[in-house]
Amino acid sequence: MVALFLGSHALYNFDQRKRKPTPTHLAFVYSPLQNFQLELFLSPVFVIAYFSPVHRGLYNQRCYSSVTLFEDSVLHVNVEGADTEALYVCTPGKVPIMESVTDVLQAAIDWASLAFEAPFARADVFGVHIGGHLFVEGLLFVVIFYLLSQKSYKPPKRPLTDKEIDELCDEWTPEPLIPVLPEEMQCEPPQLESAAGPHTIISGKEVVNLASANYLGLLGHKKLLDSCTSSLEKYGVGSCGPRGFYGTIDVHLDCEARIAKFLGTPDSILYSYGLSTNFSAIPAFSKKGDIIVVDEGVHWGIQNGLHLSRSTIVYFKHNDMASLQRILEKITVEKKRAKEIRRYIVIEAVYQNSGQIAPLDEIIILKEKYRFRLLMDESNSFGVLGHSGRGLTEYYGVPIEKIDIVTAAMGHSLAAEGGFCTGSARVIDHQRLSSSGYVFSASLPPYLASAAISAIDVLEENPNLITKLKENVALLWAGLSGLHGLKIVSNPHSPIVFLKLKDSTGSLKSDLQLLEDIADQLLREHNVFVVVSKRSTLDKCPLPVGIRLFVSAGHSQADLEKVCESLNSVVPSVLNNRR
Amino acid sequence: MITIPYLTALTTYFSYGLLFAFGQLRDFFRRIIDWWNSSNLQGYAPICLGLEDFYIRRLYLRIQDCFGRPIASAPDAWFDLVERYSNDHNKTLKRTEKLSRCLNLGSYNYLGFAAADEYCTPRAIEALKRFSSSTCSPRVDGGTTTLHSELDDCVAKFVGKPAALVFGMGYVTNSAIIPVLIGKGGLIISDSLNHSSLVNGARGSGATIIVFQHNTPSHLEKVLREHIAEGQPRTHRPWKKIIVVVEGIYSMEGELCKLPEIVAICKKYKAYLYLDEAHSIGAVGKTGRGVCELLGVDTADVDIMMGTFTKSFGSCGGYIAGSKLTMNTSKSILLQELIQYLKYTCPAHLYGTAISPPAAQQILSAIQVLLGEDGSIRGAQKLARIRENSNFFRSELQKMGFEVLGDNDSPVMPIMLYNPSKIPAFSRECLKQNVAVVVVGFPATPLLLSRARICISASHTTEDLVRALEVISKVGDLVGIKYFPAEPKKEEQEDRTVKLD
Repeated sequence: MVALFLGSHALYNFDQRKRKPTPTHLAFVYSPLQNFQLELFLSPVFVIAYFSPVHRGLYNQRCYSSVTLFEDSVLHVNVEGADTEALYVCTPGKVPIMESVTDVLQAAIDWASLAFEAPFARADVFGVHIGGHLFVEGLLFVVIFYLLSQKSYKPPKRPLTDKEIDELCDEWTPEPLIPVLPEEMQCEPPQLESAAGPHTIISGKEVVNLASANYLGLLGHKKLLDSCTSSLEKYGVGSCGPRGFYGTIDVHLDCEARIAKFLGTPDSILYSYGLSTNFSAIPAFSKKGDIIVVDEGVHWGIQNGLHLSRSTIVYFKHNDMASLQRILEKITVEKKRAKEIRRYIVIEAVYQNSGQIAPLDEIIILKEKYRFRLLMDESNSFGVLGHSGRGLTEYYGVPIEKIDIVTAAMGHSLAAEGGFCTGSARVIDHQRLSSSGYVFSASLPPYLASAAISAIDVLEENPNLITKLKENVALLWAGLSGLHGLKIVSNPHSPIVFLKLKDSTGSLKSDLQLLEDIADQLLREHNVFVVVSKRSTLDKCPLPVGIRLFVSAGHSQADLEKVCESLNSVVPSVLNNRR
Repeated sequence: MITIPYLTALTTYFSYGLLFAFGQLRDFFRRIIDWWNSSNLQGYAPICLGLEDFYIRRLYLRIQDCFGRPIASAPDAWFDLVERYSNDHNKTLKRTEKLSRCLNLGSYNYLGFAAADEYCTPRAIEALKRFSSSTCSPRVDGGTTTLHSELDDCVAKFVGKPAALVFGMGYVTNSAIIPVLIGKGGLIISDSLNHSSLVNGARGSGATIIVFQHNTPSHLEKVLREHIAEGQPRTHRPWKKIIVVVEGIYSMEGELCKLPEIVAICKKYKAYLYLDEAHSIGAVGKTGRGVCELLGVDTADVDIMMGTFTKSFGSCGGYIAGSKLTMNTSKSILLQELIQYLKYTCPAHLYGTAISPPAAQQILSAIQVLLGEDGSIRGAQKLARIRENSNFFRSELQKMGFEVLGDNDSPVMPIMLYNPSKIPAFSRECLKQNVAVVVVGFPATPLLLSRARICISASHTTEDLVRALEVISKVGDLVGIKYFPAEPKKEEQEDRTVKLD
């Protein structure tokens, strides 16, 4: 049956389309002269025909030595035993049905009519009598299968030709690499002609320096200079390699141990740059899917770390504990899987951008209640807060173990460069292979590690440096309390005194200009060097602009009195001129 | 392209499979013990989830002693290595007081400025006395001393660009500058083997990142054409700008960038070119000006040139150098200056502490030595020496039958190890003979392509190199990493010809 069907189908194709049979065709050719059947077994379908019992017999009767195909429908058959070669022309419609085939067909028709007649094949649909409903349904199935087996319609794809791509490439004009510089971007910061200590020399004049975060006045300390000198002589300047590949010098290990000992933590890890500490440490601990709750006033190093970690970032209002609690509560309630993902709170001890101090005691309570880990940046509080300079934990009397990860830059109070991270041994060891700024960057120049060691030694020997710094901050506060036009918005204990305009001029640009004018005049006429807070275009921190005064233990009382006096005279005059 | 012998690939996979299986088994027992001891996390999620630190715990710790070896001297041609021991199967390593003098084939001390130098060190100490160890302030505030300004100008002159800006750390230079130059709607086309800092910078920028096959200009062109025609994903708007990011010398491959071809393609398709010369500046080129000089590329064709001072100059920090462009519009002439723009926008410049003054002075002095401004010919000698040393060492290694990657003139030469067990074997055996080498495996390289990396310095003497070659050859035979047949030695060849006669 099948073979017959396929055969006639193929024959039909064979003839109708007037082309040579393709390998999928199987043709039955009947010769009226010699009365034998020819099968062209050019395809896999032949197998079906060959094994169907009806044709097997017919096939076996003859054997052909060769079958050659001529153009279109003409076959050239060479039959073994026959004298002549014969040409056969295939014509549809002239194929007589063989006896056996007739039998089968007859049986099929009988069976079909029986099926039509059968009682179970009758149905009434809405009063209409349908005979042979199984057959109809079967047919429907076949149709459905056929339709399903067809490919869905897709518009043909026409890729761009090379010429079109060439045109597109020619037409494309990129934006310039950088935008045109606005005028305010053309001025240069003042150049220092000596070390950036409490006093420095700018354009030949000695000025009081309130622009360097040299909180303890260790810059230029003899002990530091001596240790640096001997280190430079022994190790040279650079380390010429990352920590993993012979860039670990014994002073690095000593420095790490010294920091850990000073803070009372199990271990610490050195980074070669203050800024890289945070943006390497945060992505080492927090990955995609983890949650970080962070103060909106954090500096760029942290912001970049958050971005690189690809975690879910939630900001809370700057130093606002109610806002923090709301967010922690919300996360704990909303996230069903909150227990299984890593959760961190990131804060700064003393905010570089605002001079505020984080209320650590409250944060610790919240952190323990909601089971968040705490990462704290002590860049501006290490060596400054607490009676021995151990930072914010000492200031609040909180044991340092409560803070999971502590980071700090060494470029401030320690008068060196680089940064460190400290915490439990697990936290530190994890960073040694997972922290990109540690693994892929050359290590800290050894002389700066020696400088940091000596700085901590000096700090430990002279706790009065911290008292002096506190007194200096208080002195500045007292002197600036009556300042017109500017108000202090920083914490009274912070070594950064942040002055903000009382009345904004309305736009950020003109505010900045006004503050720059004040700073300019202070430097030119009063020999006081202060700086206006600068903000990168990449910085997302929304804090206001102002003047930042970095107080140092190295400033004398006379220096600070001079600063207050100058500010008190310059600020009103500049503001009045403006109006 | 590296073609791995079939058998080696098979054994390498097998070794990693074995390590992984054993690691899993150990983890399984660990879990049982942890469960027994009950968890001490108290509601916190663990710091490392699941398999995040599997590699460190179960693979890295076994061969920890090959990495992070502390030294107790300057990383010069020879250094004092601090010996370490472990009582807990390599889990923790303890320092001893014992030192061993080793030949250093690992540091990036290409020009030999790492150790105290007769010209540079006294000047660095002078700078320390004058400007102290740090400025405690970013460049824009109180961190720009006269030394810093002088350095900016000197670097610009040295690399051949109108202006340059120096940063305190090379890694930060890359990761803070790329986001300033490009953002959303931009396209970064990055070489597949670029350094982590470039990858970090690109990720931080928010631009679309496409990778092209390592050092293959034809593929770069294909990618560029495809993406310019296609435009931004989904919206199909044209790209705002395209930056192609490549390195001068690839530190893990020792290969030189195919810069002339890449420059031509960038010009043709109006893409900007960002060239990271971390390893090439100072180390290659007739006067040490990097790959541009070596390959004869005009520096004006490279839009952004970046480099570091950690390697050849023996200091720290990085620089960026860029062009001044003047655009004539109908109204006025507008000045576009990359460096000036960066001074007001780049976070590393605005927030990062300025480079330490002695380090800045070291760079200045090193450049002076290179340019012969110190009144001697040491700079030229150093440059000739590093080239001779590198080419001698490379050709000798190749003659011995090692599989050495990289191009001639490059002072970085990786020797392929493949099997993971050969990593510690090679490193430990070399160390036994007082030669310190760097070995690198997964994840710094692809899983199959573990290698040892030799960095040649101008401070190596010929005797040093000959000694190193002897040791490496011996260890190579022992470990079985001579994947190519050795070239017969000259004397043997001569003998043979005599016999034939």
